[in-house]
Amino acid sequence: MRPVLLVFRREFAAYFSTPVAAVFLIVFLALAAGMTFLVSGFFERGQADLSGFFFWHPWLFLVLMPAIAMRLWAEERRSGTIELLMTLPVQPWQIVVGKWLAAWAFAALALVLTMPLWITVNMLGSPDNGVILSSYVGSWLMAGAFLALAAAISGLTKSQVLAFIGATAVSFLFVMAGFDLVIAAVRPWAPGFVIDAVRSMSFFAHFQHITDGVLELPSIIFFVSLIVFCLWLNVRIVEVKKAA
Amino acid sequence: MALVEARDLVKRFGDLTAVDDISFSVERGEVVGFLGPNGAGKSTAMKIISGFMEPTSGQAWIDGHNSHTDPIPARRRLGYLPEGAPAYADMTVGAFLEFIAAMHGMNKPQASSRLGELVDRIHLAGVWNQRIESLSKGFKRRVGIAQALVHDPDALILDEPTDGLDPIQKYEMRDLIRSIAPQKAIIISTHILEEVEAVCTRAIIIARGRMLADATPGELLEHGPGNGTLALALATADPQSAIDILSKHPGVGRVEIVQRVNGVTRLAIQTSKARPSTSELTSLLRQSNIAVTEFYMKRATLDDVFRQIASHGAEN
Repeated sequence: MRPVLLVFRREFAAYFSTPVAAVFLIVFLALAAGMTFLVSGFFERGQADLSGFFFWHPWLFLVLMPAIAMRLWAEERRSGTIELLMTLPVQPWQIVVGKWLAAWAFAALALVLTMPLWITVNMLGSPDNGVILSSYVGSWLMAGAFLALAAAISGLTKSQVLAFIGATAVSFLFVMAGFDLVIAAVRPWAPGFVIDAVRSMSFFAHFQHITDGVLELPSIIFFVSLIVFCLWLNVRIVEVKKAA
Repeated sequence: MALVEARDLVKRFGDLTAVDDISFSVERGEVVGFLGPNGAGKSTAMKIISGFMEPTSGQAWIDGHNSHTDPIPARRRLGYLPEGAPAYADMTVGAFLEFIAAMHGMNKPQASSRLGELVDRIHLAGVWNQRIESLSKGFKRRVGIAQALVHDPDALILDEPTDGLDPIQKYEMRDLIRSIAPQKAIIISTHILEEVEAVCTRAIIIARGRMLADATPGELLEHGPGNGTLALALATADPQSAIDILSKHPGVGRVEIVQRVNGVTRLAIQTSKARPSTSELTSLLRQSNIAVTEFYMKRATLDDVFRQIASHGAEN
């Protein structure tokens, strides 16, 4: 486990070696607050809950999580440090997991910084704090899935821009999987079980199950297994493509 | 089995064969110089031996551990400086080297005593707290060397360890390599030929992915072009009598006039196996009152040898 921790520490520190981290956090908080107050009408609704805040997370993460994960491998490839990293006496999965954990911890920090909203809602009324807590946990899990997907895609290229675009495009499909836009593209030719399978991949639907407090467990299992699968894929991509 | 062993290494990228059937071994105490023009396949061969790149076929071992099927023990015994000395630009020198040491499984006290020693030897104390991106090329290269030596490995693969260093730093780097050489098996790649003479016990010449020579620098020079040619300068504008005298000697082959300027004639004398000494020929000429102003034996340079072998290899 020590190599995982070492990679995690190095990567997490790397986020703060440039002002990019601060810029990212400010953008995330501004967007989250803007959506909650201006678009969802937090005050106008007159309800002491955070559903208007969590509703936007799949959309915010769609852009912001690829931005966090894009440098994880692309930067190593561009600078050549991947050659250094991959010839150290550690297992590739330890590096993959360490990097992902660093990105996930950064996402956690972003979520923690939205806590004033939770405090506000408690001052204004008496919300169901259990639902809010599980929504936070669900949001963090979903962030982990976005990040694992984006990290694996980052392993395919030395360009951070390409990594970002690729990860956003693939994530978009996952978010939209339950919407008619995607289903309509599948329906004409695919048998029923494929349509169901595609629908069941929807980040949006799974996240909604968690924030609604219904069907939580299957959705939690969905995100966890997607994370595990993407990390495995990341290991394979790095092993096969490291020297290419 | 030798400390570093490469057997039948082949690497193809599509139609291009970057490494074409390379085999060699390096014992403890040897410093092997990989010589070759840019794009000859030196770095590719090193990437394969270090375990970073999969070969198309063939195998490599570090201290008996296969670089690809048994990578972790192989990597523990190997210090590797990749091409271009990559390092994390956003880290300080100290943080970077401590990270590498920890990844090699060293604990804090081990790492700090080893790094203290290395920092003195490689002169990194002054930049210890500086970010790597702010360092000069020479310092970056030294950080790369320190990184490769952190865990005191038995085998070292250094891809162009002196690239970007100034002459004094180059001298120090060679000194460092020489001083650690007796305990290690070292492979360095370079296209600076003087470096091979300065530090290497063996030279492997690679061009177009193929091994064209594997010999000591001395052996390579022995067969070099121009080896054994005598250069002679006479204080006369009419060298014919001198040429006649010299040609009579059984060890002398062809005598050529190289230059005739300002009353001085320069001759090049090809010698046969029974190489005449310069003093012998000088006294012969003196007997005929011909004044010799300069007389020396030419030595082939590795430069000549390299050009001969590399161009010959390219024709085949």
